[in-house]
Amino acid sequence: MRWLLGRLLRVVPTILGITLLAFALARLLPGDPVEVMLGERITDAEQHREQLVRLGLDQPLWVQYFSYLGRLLAGDLGRSLVHGRPVMDEFLTLFPATLELALVALVISVVGGVTLGTIAALRRGSLADQGLMALSVLGHSMPIYWWGLLLIMLCSVWLRDVAPAWALPVSGRIAVLFDVPPRTGFMLIDSALSGEPGAFTSALRHLVLPGVVLGTYGLAVIARMTRSSLLETLNQDFVRAARARALSPWRVVGLHALRSALIPVLTVIGMQVGALMGGAVLTETIFSWPGIGRWLVDAIYRRDYAVLQGGLMLTSLMVVGVNLAVDLLYGLIDPRIRHPRT
Amino acid sequence: MGANFIELGAGLRQRPAALAGLMIVLLLALLAIAAPWIAPHDPVEQFRDALLSPPWWAGGDSRFLLGTDDLGRDVASRLLWGARVSLAVGLAAVLLAMVPGTLLGLLAAFMPGWPALLINRIADVLVAIPGLLLAIAVVAVLGPGLVNTVIAIALVMMPPFVRLVRAAALVEQSRDYVTASRIAGASRLRLMFDTVLPNCAAPIIVQATLGFSSAVLEAAALGFLGLGAQPPMPEWGSMLAASRDDMERAAWLVTLPGLAILVTVIAINVLGDGLRDALDPRLKDRA
Repeated sequence: MRWLLGRLLRVVPTILGITLLAFALARLLPGDPVEVMLGERITDAEQHREQLVRLGLDQPLWVQYFSYLGRLLAGDLGRSLVHGRPVMDEFLTLFPATLELALVALVISVVGGVTLGTIAALRRGSLADQGLMALSVLGHSMPIYWWGLLLIMLCSVWLRDVAPAWALPVSGRIAVLFDVPPRTGFMLIDSALSGEPGAFTSALRHLVLPGVVLGTYGLAVIARMTRSSLLETLNQDFVRAARARALSPWRVVGLHALRSALIPVLTVIGMQVGALMGGAVLTETIFSWPGIGRWLVDAIYRRDYAVLQGGLMLTSLMVVGVNLAVDLLYGLIDPRIRHPRT
Repeated sequence: MGANFIELGAGLRQRPAALAGLMIVLLLALLAIAAPWIAPHDPVEQFRDALLSPPWWAGGDSRFLLGTDDLGRDVASRLLWGARVSLAVGLAAVLLAMVPGTLLGLLAAFMPGWPALLINRIADVLVAIPGLLLAIAVVAVLGPGLVNTVIAIALVMMPPFVRLVRAAALVEQSRDYVTASRIAGASRLRLMFDTVLPNCAAPIIVQATLGFSSAVLEAAALGFLGLGAQPPMPEWGSMLAASRDDMERAAWLVTLPGLAILVTVIAINVLGDGLRDALDPRLKDRA
């Protein structure tokens, strides 16, 4: 319980720090703050003064920060300088697209990584093991923007001529001929609910390439972690005992070893969330995926600082949240974390 | 400290993969340094009579070994000059992250109380923000460009150095030789830089090597997004971004710069993994 409370309290300064950084970001931007905040040029000195007061920019910085915090608590992140819509609304509209993509990528990296890592560990030293570990170095070093372009080239240039049925779509979330009403924001669910024949398949096919591209790095890291922690666990007494009881090797792995080997994998997943969000920026740009990543990049091109500030903060808070959740889960699974022997 | 490096050399010799990585990195560095003399053409010169000429194996213009891009610039020359840009950015970013990061880490270890608390909390915040997004935000504030790319990436890479050096220094601090030199009257500065720092060198070197590869990757990512090196500078990431329009006609514009990035990053990573295993086998596979 004390551990839980301590872990929760540790998050508070981090969150405050993130808000401070986001606040500072808008104030450090080059140019006149009124123009930056309003996104337009005001030449009239009187008008400029009015806006300064209206935006609260005449107050001392710490007052501005606290009123910014107050607005944050009320869920107010300001308005997009380009579209005029509240930043929070834009975020919530686009977030499901990113979440859907990230979840698919996570499933690909966990299922693929744990499977390949287990195979490599059980066949330690074999050709398969060496091959898989070489592939994992490759996946770990792969520039995902290049990986995406290669897959696009494969599908839209090569497969289109050779085997058109296998060519996967390379942009957007669903074929344009489908008009799927947004209900949950998750295209897989919405397209299934829409009842239009073929809509779900189309959405699924659109997810494959971006999901693979975003999931590759995590897959490589998880495969390596699974292999090494499984090798470590396989040498421990309780696994040997299970073996001595003449349980089949797969049963030993499945029931005993893998379960305790998964704990470090969970941590990797926590560490991956940040990389996943960074990767989403690149993946969404390459595959024209209408999510948070592309929204943020567009915000820079359009100098929409309100979006940049709000989006950056929400994304970071999410990473903090997921890491906290992973830590709590970790403590739940492994009592040694909750009760450190000191 | 001397013993550390001798061990390191011996450890590397037993690891052929890491040695191969080191060779490739050295070769790339050599090519980058020699680019002005060995590049067949000026990397920004446009040969209007040879737009999108394929590489020699696909029957292209014999003047351009690896073909030309949509503006008729020699791809081989641009790749060579690009190595210069990527390696320089990576090296500069690592140094810019390592020096202040090490200093702050030492400070955090030697000054418990509010300085350590402040440094740790700032590191917590910077770690929480996804690296590429933080770099993007910094570039948004400072403006796009190569120098700002270096600053942005250095800022992203600094917190790991701080945490690592702090942890290593805390461990060293409790050892007998540090206590002995403290009792002998060594000042705090002397303890920090002369006694403890050399014994933290090993993990710092490993972190710097692995950081180098991610700096190259991130710099190319920023270039790819149009926020890093600006045209017409030959940079691998922005070459990739420019290739997207000609993907169907000119595959070599996509494959070659990406291959350059991949080979560089793999070589550095394999070297870094080897260094880590040689220095501390316990850290194996704890990427």
